[in-house]
Amino acid sequence: MTGLSIRNVHKSYGNVPVLKGINIDVAEGEFLILVGSSGCGKSTLLNMIAGLETITQGEIAIGGRVVNDLPPKSRDIAMVFQSYALYPSMTVRENISFGLEIRKVAPEERKRIVEAVAESLQISHLLDRKPRQLSGGQRQRVAMGRALARDPTLFLFDEPLSNLDAQLRIEMRSEIKMMHKRTGKTVCYVTHDQVEAMTLGDRIAVMKDGVVQQLGRPQEIYDAPANMYVAGFIGAPPMNFIPGTLEGEGSGLVMSIDTGAERRRLALPFRPADVKARPGQKVVLGLRPERITAAGASTSDPLKVRVDMTEPTGPDTLIYATLNGKRTLCRVQPFAAPKAGEAIALDFDLSRALLFDPESGARLDGGLAG
Amino acid sequence: MRPDKLVARIAIYAVLGFFALIFLAPLYVVLVTSLKTLPELRVGTMLALPQGLNFDAWGKAWSSACTGAACNGLQPFFMNSVYIVIPSVIISSMIGSINGYALAQWRFPGSEIIFTGLLFGFFIPFQAILLPAAQFLGMLKLANTIPGLIIIQTVYGIAFCTMLFRNYYVAMPLELVKAARVDGAGFFRIFWRIFLPISLPIFTVCVIWQFTHIWNDFLFGVVFSGPESRPITVGLNNLVNTSEGVKEYNVDTAAALITALPTLIVYIIGGRYFIRGLTAGAVKG
Ligand SMILES: Nc1ncnc2c1ncn2[C@@H]1O[C@H](COP(=O)(O)OP(=O)(O)O)[C@@H](O)[C@H]1O
Ligand SMILES: [Mg+2]
Repeated sequence: MTGLSIRNVHKSYGNVPVLKGINIDVAEGEFLILVGSSGCGKSTLLNMIAGLETITQGEIAIGGRVVNDLPPKSRDIAMVFQSYALYPSMTVRENISFGLEIRKVAPEERKRIVEAVAESLQISHLLDRKPRQLSGGQRQRVAMGRALARDPTLFLFDEPLSNLDAQLRIEMRSEIKMMHKRTGKTVCYVTHDQVEAMTLGDRIAVMKDGVVQQLGRPQEIYDAPANMYVAGFIGAPPMNFIPGTLEGEGSGLVMSIDTGAERRRLALPFRPADVKARPGQKVVLGLRPERITAAGASTSDPLKVRVDMTEPTGPDTLIYATLNGKRTLCRVQPFAAPKAGEAIALDFDLSRALLFDPESGARLDGGLAG
Repeated sequence: MRPDKLVARIAIYAVLGFFALIFLAPLYVVLVTSLKTLPELRVGTMLALPQGLNFDAWGKAWSSACTGAACNGLQPFFMNSVYIVIPSVIISSMIGSINGYALAQWRFPGSEIIFTGLLFGFFIPFQAILLPAAQFLGMLKLANTIPGLIIIQTVYGIAFCTMLFRNYYVAMPLELVKAARVDGAGFFRIFWRIFLPISLPIFTVCVIWQFTHIWNDFLFGVVFSGPESRPITVGLNNLVNTSEGVKEYNVDTAAALITALPTLIVYIIGGRYFIRGLTAGAVKG
């Protein structure tokens, strides 16, 4: 049995299509992330799962049951919102038990559930306060408590952490992860934050303009993005996209790189037969910053690069350089970092390099996984 | 404080005090006149203080002054106004708040068009609806009755009340309704349990506004009332225009004050909340 199944779902507002055929199957107990830039239709999809928006076309099933025509309260879901949406005139206790009260849970049972939930979220001392007397983090916990009290088969989260400061966000992130481990319930979680997506999700659906660009495990999406949009969206700092022209050399493929300090042809690790591009064609080379590091004794063929700017992050230092006219980030150990204006010898690890079409953004190398 | 600043401060207070006096002068004249006897009025100037606190004129205005043929004072008119104002204010505020909640929080197809229509209704002049309204009341067999006036005042007030509440509720996040719907609550339960309890400030504004408006209304009152249902503004008009020989200014001014008293009291009690309610929406929005 699947936890959630979204089949060919479309949504239009008037004549404007917002979702253009979404297909996602979520296993029972799985943590699915919907991620994408603002306005791509994440909230719309989540609201349709919740029953807060009508489904223009397609089918949504929760726990094996098609819910297209069921109202939200009959879908056995709970939802946490970005603004928390706590009822302002009710105390924390009343907020958490409101849904139970409507479903006619007996008062003693309600009390027991509220107290157990409050205990698990460490908000027992706040039960008699009003929402306006709470800090952002506490409100967030109450919103979680309201969802937990319902004990649904499916949890829906719409950017629940984006109103918190960085510190609290990390804390609540791990708490949500622990809650998922503890309850084992299916979760559908919307975020525009790719770090949240990577750390929380069993699987991630990357969306753009109402279309799922890629659906896969976090590492899969990181290592083998389906196209340039996904490659650029997942990962911080983002993947480098170095423009160039594909050239043939012997039986292999190469690409010229102008670093500002020297000009060289780098051998690409792709078999010409696998690559959906011919020599002479313009391509984009995708390479993550951590694949460009300071050359060491073992580097066979270091490349000299002029440094535009450096950015120490603590564990390592980011180096900005210009390759083929495009700003490129490299990640080096702090002790190896030069100053701006100096040159540095870099080790380009092309074993994980990707090749994209500059026009369509499609992957051109044959290493497409999954 | 530096001397030049002090001078500026004194000048500001002098100007403010001067204008306050100008605005208060008519009230002062009306008040002292209502406390004087007729002989006193003949000899003294308008601004002179009365010789004592003499409420005879007030008594006469309330219960025995002539308003046309009848000589029962303002009392029956006052009670008519009370019977008209209280239900009209309550009903128009309640309907306005539910309308405003629906328009702001449920955004159904066409809700913007309805809101624009209501705004339009808000700007329709009284005079334009007199004839159709009279026909309508005739059809209901409520012409010249208090229930008829209640209906007219309520309907005319709904547009304004709806706009007031809509603008208040539109500042609340739409996610509140979504959360409550997921919790299993419906349209009216969400209104009753979530929106109504946070509506006190805007209710105060609406009630004060509607009370003042309906209490002070003359046009509807004179057009749609019969001998038994005339509101106090019509009573005051009749009282002032009925004279048997000598003009009793003390009774006229006492009657004017009696007419104005309820709105004054409502303002004094609710004024603070009025300002707070008007600005509450603005701050959040
Ligand atoms: N009620 C609505 N009417 C018309 N367009 C809407 C409505 N709700 C959302 N949209 C549009 O749908 C698109 C997706 O919105 P949304 O799902 O909120 O995006 P996201 O949550 O990914 O930021 C946006 O372009 C938005 O303008
Ligand atoms: Mg959103």
